[in-house]
Amino acid sequence: MRLGYVIPFVLFFALAVALYVGLGLKPRDIPSALIDKPVPEFNLPPVKDHDKGLKTADLKNGEVSLVNVFASWCGPCRVEHPVFMALSKTGEVALHGINYKDDPDNASNWLARYGNPYTRAGADRNGRVGIDWGVYGVPETFVVDQGGRIRYKHVGVMTQEILDKRIMPLVRKLKSKQ
Amino acid sequence: MIAEIGHYALMLALVLAIVQGTLPLIGAQTGIDSWVAVARPAALGQLFFIAVSFAALTYAFVVSDFSVAAVVKNSHSAKPMLYKISGVWGNHEGSLLLWILILATFGGAVAAFGRNLPPYLRARVLSVQGLIGVGFLLFILLTSTPFERVLNPPADGNGLNPLLQDPGLAFHPPFLYLGYVGFSMAFSFAIAALIEGRVDPAWARWVRPWTLLAWCFLTIGIALGSWWAYYELGWGGWGFWDPVENASFMPWLLGTALLHSSIVVEKRDTLKAWTILLAILTFSLSLLGTFIVRSGVLTSVHAFATDPERGVFILAFLAVVVGGSLLLFAMRGPALKSGGLFSPISREGALVLNNLLLTTACATVLLGTLYPLFLDALTGEKVSVGPPYFNATFVPLMVPLFVALAAGPMLAWKRGDLGGAMARLKFAFALTVIVALGTWYMRTGGPVLAVFGMALGIWLVAGSVLEWAGRLKLFAISPADSWRRLRGLPRAAHGMTLAHIGVGIVIMGITGVQSWTEESAKVMRPGETISIGEYDLTLKGARTVEGPNYSALRGTFDVSSEGKYITTMEPETRSFRTSTMTTTEAAIRPTLTSDLYAVIGDPDGKGGYATRFYVKPLVHWIWTGSMIMVLGGFVSLSDRRHRVGAPARSRSTVTLKEANA
Amino acid sequence: MNPFRHLFVLLFVVCAISALTLTPVTEPNAQSTIDKPLENPADEARALALHKLLRCLVCQNQSISDSNAELARDLRMLVRQRIGSGDSDEETIAYIVDRYGDWVLLDPPVKSTTYVLWFGPVGIFLLALIGVILFLRRSRIQPATPVASLSTEEEAKLKSMLADRDGTDK
Repeated sequence: MRLGYVIPFVLFFALAVALYVGLGLKPRDIPSALIDKPVPEFNLPPVKDHDKGLKTADLKNGEVSLVNVFASWCGPCRVEHPVFMALSKTGEVALHGINYKDDPDNASNWLARYGNPYTRAGADRNGRVGIDWGVYGVPETFVVDQGGRIRYKHVGVMTQEILDKRIMPLVRKLKSKQ
Repeated sequence: MIAEIGHYALMLALVLAIVQGTLPLIGAQTGIDSWVAVARPAALGQLFFIAVSFAALTYAFVVSDFSVAAVVKNSHSAKPMLYKISGVWGNHEGSLLLWILILATFGGAVAAFGRNLPPYLRARVLSVQGLIGVGFLLFILLTSTPFERVLNPPADGNGLNPLLQDPGLAFHPPFLYLGYVGFSMAFSFAIAALIEGRVDPAWARWVRPWTLLAWCFLTIGIALGSWWAYYELGWGGWGFWDPVENASFMPWLLGTALLHSSIVVEKRDTLKAWTILLAILTFSLSLLGTFIVRSGVLTSVHAFATDPERGVFILAFLAVVVGGSLLLFAMRGPALKSGGLFSPISREGALVLNNLLLTTACATVLLGTLYPLFLDALTGEKVSVGPPYFNATFVPLMVPLFVALAAGPMLAWKRGDLGGAMARLKFAFALTVIVALGTWYMRTGGPVLAVFGMALGIWLVAGSVLEWAGRLKLFAISPADSWRRLRGLPRAAHGMTLAHIGVGIVIMGITGVQSWTEESAKVMRPGETISIGEYDLTLKGARTVEGPNYSALRGTFDVSSEGKYITTMEPETRSFRTSTMTTTEAAIRPTLTSDLYAVIGDPDGKGGYATRFYVKPLVHWIWTGSMIMVLGGFVSLSDRRHRVGAPARSRSTVTLKEANA
Repeated sequence: MNPFRHLFVLLFVVCAISALTLTPVTEPNAQSTIDKPLENPADEARALALHKLLRCLVCQNQSISDSNAELARDLRMLVRQRIGSGDSDEETIAYIVDRYGDWVLLDPPVKSTTYVLWFGPVGIFLLALIGVILFLRRSRIQPATPVASLSTEEEAKLKSMLADRDGTDK
């Protein structure tokens, strides 16, 4: 029965360990339900003043691609924009954009002013395609393999570091599997 | 300069807290009386310096000293004075200082008014309080000083979150902290008792008033928060089972259990180790709440901006305080011999059942709150645990509690007569059946559970009143004799009756609002009318109005019922200039039995407006009932047996004289 | 039976995201939808009930029914659309879960990783009950007497002895 008095301490010890592990976790990151699933069926018209929209078939053409969800009203998108501009110059991987719930004029001006890194950019004006992609905040960036399967999703600002350490190695690995 | 004084005072307070946390404790162990005597002046001195520090921060907010970082981040010169002051604790650093101030105030109160405590017990209690203070002072000084200066003071501050500029919320944190921190008293008494190896009825009498006081404050704090959410967030919700809400609800549940178990210690000298454990756990859950809110381990709609470094600090502190005290409990607990024997059907038995159910409910809430974190830590899988889970697990535990609650106070100590109690409750039972049938008749469309909920609530109210009437022998003896018995009844008995009636009213309020809320969402154009419940609302028009620091869309609705005009309601949606946030100012028309709740939203661009209406039956009973519970707590506190410092181990003449004075 | 809303001072109440790396979908813009209820009251009632079961992704701890976030509003309208086009409640929920995962379910499904969550409370209650029963049995008799050796006869005798000693309250 003496043992009974030790139980609270033992339980608390376990709790404290769990809380310590919990400190290192990121509860705000919601895992994508679409990992290793084919990209959704969609067909978006181009952003105003541009000529290439984005549709499902564009992501199933045997090429590894990145799909970046952005909007002119999204501050962090502006932060990550130079990273994508630099990436598009290297031409190492195809980069497409989904312009999420944006005003056509604002989107067009935004791309005109800061540059357009996207090969194709579709305008998702009412956000329905965004929901199909499981988007819950912008910016978000997806890695799509040759067969049009989503392999990775990054939520939040894309930094050079994340691109170099996580995204590009995955892209290269996917490419080598050809 | 003032800010530096505040910071310096905090450092002096830390030094005193260290002295208070060590010397008296060692002195009491080794019998050095001069060290023991240090406890009182150290506690009072610590309180003084912390008060100075808090005053310095308040001053900086009041005069809008924008060279102080906390003021820049959380205040604005154009803000009303009330919110300048509430801005002091409207942020992590300042709220921590408020927490420390309250902790020191409780310590100071023991030092000043605890003259009847045996000197060694008082010294140990104050020492434990001092040690808790050391932890928090280190925390604030090392990671979160509110007195940090900015190099280039801006012309004006960033303002306070618009949602927080509300009187209900201005006073919510102080009450909540008074509750949280108040439980530190029970904790300190528990640790002191473990060190002494002695728990007796006198100990329970000393602890009870502090626990009761903390419980009353926590109840007020929680009710204020719930009420605020109801009228300010625009959805008419009064509770969401959010982790941060659970963080304050868990200590409330255990604190309630502690209140009841300490009665058993006081009256019957048993359940000692369990009561000590409850005292430790209640305060531990307060600390855990602090950790949850400030570390960011769980996402919540309402949390402070979080910082992992702070999280590590609080966790380390938590490990020392809780781990240390539970270890002490494991070592010393077995030595606490239980005394009184009793039959399961008895007052003690009823209180044990109360503890079983409240503690299990608390453990369930804890499991649900932390489960996403456990699962993430173990497997990386993320789940959500929301209201459906908590309702499904919590309610079944509360139902037997409330059923038994009506009978419990009628059972005698040691060995009760359940049949007799039931016989005395037959009137309550009859009333319950009538209410159930009446509810069924009036609300045939509603869920069956609602009938049950209303019946449960009235059962509790009627049972409590009957028990009270039974003590007065109302109608059995002459009214004059009943009056004499009423005068002779200890106030604690009245307090208990009130608190239990309050619980019954809360249950009915919750049942009403959860079962019979009607809602309607419609796009309305001016001139259109919608019907909800007994009301017809006509949108007269909507216009933009300018407030001091916002502009608002205000809708005007005429409300009528059966063709008769009742009132005009004017809900608003406010857009603040210093923030991208909009707030919903619902228009609420409260009546005794239901609230009409109206919200206006965005225009649809075609001349219409999104509108939402709710009819929320009995919703105000939730807060009314809570306040009756609190009133019961205070009535009980005014009982001279509970007066702080009044009881003594041996009833000396001094005590009696004081108590009668 | 919810406990009381919120506690501490809230710094970020409706849907603010603490990490500045993400803009929640709350910005008003030209494409704002507004909550347009379904024509059929029965369908609308089903939609409102489903809204309460789905977690808002941006605010993270409210249901989409209680959130001003724009994504929550979009999802509310999506639920209405699915119901309006003849989906059952289960199909509607599945549609959302396909896109956002089990995470959006405020009512977590019973599966191997949630057994502890769902059956834990029962286990806690039973353990506590056993503890209480042990305690009650110990409190009923002299501590020196082994519990098991009490016969019913002895028990009855003990009861009557206790009854003799019975005192009244206060």
